[in-house]
Amino acid sequence: MARTVIPFGPQHPVLPEPVHLDLVVEDEKVIEARPSIGFIHRGLEKLAETKDYVEFVYVAERICGICSFIHGQTYCQAVETIMNIPVPPRALYLRTVWGELSRLHSHLLWLGLMADGMGFESLFMHSWRVREKVLNIIEATTGGRVIFGSCKVGGVRRDINADTIKTILKDLDGIEKDLRDLTRVFLNDRSVKARLCGIGVLTKQEAWDLGCVGPMLRASGVAQDMRQQGYAAFKDFPVVPITRTEGDSYARCAVRCEELFQSVQIIRQAFAKIPDGEIAVKVTGNPTGETITRTEQPRGEVVYHLKANGTKNLQRFRVRTPTFANLPAMLKVLPGCDLADVPMIVLTIDPCISCTER
Amino acid sequence: MSQEQIELITIDTLLEKVRAKKAQNCRLVQISATQLPGQIELTYSFDLNSQLSNLRLSLPGEEPHLPSISSVYLCAILYENEIHDLFGVRVDGIAVDFKGKFYKTAIKFPFASVKLPCASSAAAPAADAAPCATTPPATTGATK
Repeated sequence: MARTVIPFGPQHPVLPEPVHLDLVVEDEKVIEARPSIGFIHRGLEKLAETKDYVEFVYVAERICGICSFIHGQTYCQAVETIMNIPVPPRALYLRTVWGELSRLHSHLLWLGLMADGMGFESLFMHSWRVREKVLNIIEATTGGRVIFGSCKVGGVRRDINADTIKTILKDLDGIEKDLRDLTRVFLNDRSVKARLCGIGVLTKQEAWDLGCVGPMLRASGVAQDMRQQGYAAFKDFPVVPITRTEGDSYARCAVRCEELFQSVQIIRQAFAKIPDGEIAVKVTGNPTGETITRTEQPRGEVVYHLKANGTKNLQRFRVRTPTFANLPAMLKVLPGCDLADVPMIVLTIDPCISCTER
Repeated sequence: MSQEQIELITIDTLLEKVRAKKAQNCRLVQISATQLPGQIELTYSFDLNSQLSNLRLSLPGEEPHLPSISSVYLCAILYENEIHDLFGVRVDGIAVDFKGKFYKTAIKFPFASVKLPCASSAAAPAADAAPCATTPPATTGATK
């Protein structure tokens, strides 16, 4: 059988952002996938050397347009660790709430994109209809929809008052009901299962060895979630990682579906326990030292390596994003699959090339 | 760093140490490069039971190079190609070597300060001249 190389991307209906794959196929089977990224590398890490470390949180937030808040939060946490800044407890709770709202809207975005990718247009629209309700809460509490701008070194910029909390909790009841209806289709519909079950299987050991993170890792049976480390307010309500054992595309979808309910529950817990008090402390001086900080973004573990030498500019700002860590696994599961399944498999890692090309 | 463990190593012991991490069933979390005056510092981070441990080595000189660890951790291919394309560190024996085409940057080795863009882009279009002119002071200083 003659082999053919089929280019996939960088412009492709299922890819909102540019990544390219050369797919070596025999008949309809993929034999090999050769990746190519780097079309839009922005050099944001280098920018830290010329920006004030306090201002730089705005840049960190813009590494990604979806998990933007957690990028800003992780950056602030890293600087606060180096400078030993005691962040007020209320600010930590607010960060937790906004982080989980980010996870909700990111997972709903992904569910919609996946439904769209498989041609299930009504499911795509329902997913984004529910996402819109989450975005409304974010807009009401931060003023932004995807770029929040509410996190700063030393705390947060905005508070959420008691009346707004009551409104949000009421809205969450409606959102949770919508999520139940939505995920019932994703997890039980025959056509969805036909596209996902048994496709792109990654074993537990393969996922670990290939450095996978987030839902990609947990769908293969590894119970690891950086929220277990207890950053922000997670020390007050421990997170139990949601796992599956199948390791296929369906398992990755199921993990994200279950994490939606987990996030709703975390937000409720956070609002129930949120302490009164200040939302920020004044930050003076320049950082000296180094840290590696990890948090759990919707797509998985993000790693921030910061090195500071006592000036207002960081000596090194390095980000390892979850998509970057999940790319090797994607290349591992593609060989052997049908050409028609490539878009679904690529989507199940929830690729964010904007993050990867930071 | 307080809670994270950093072990200083040399190029000669890199592969041995990385194999030991693999034998412990550690996950490769990241490889991070930092340009310091006269040297590039590499940090290899590993995770075991959610605890982070790091191996650190320094690469002095103007043509830094080191062996690839992709024979032990295949996923290192991305980190190693990245380090090459951004910092100009030659990594020998990468399982999948993009040969400088991993990132399509307008200037060569944009994060390096030992060899910077202007030297190799004499015939480049005028647009390439701008990044050279605006190279951060710390970087420009090291090239002189």
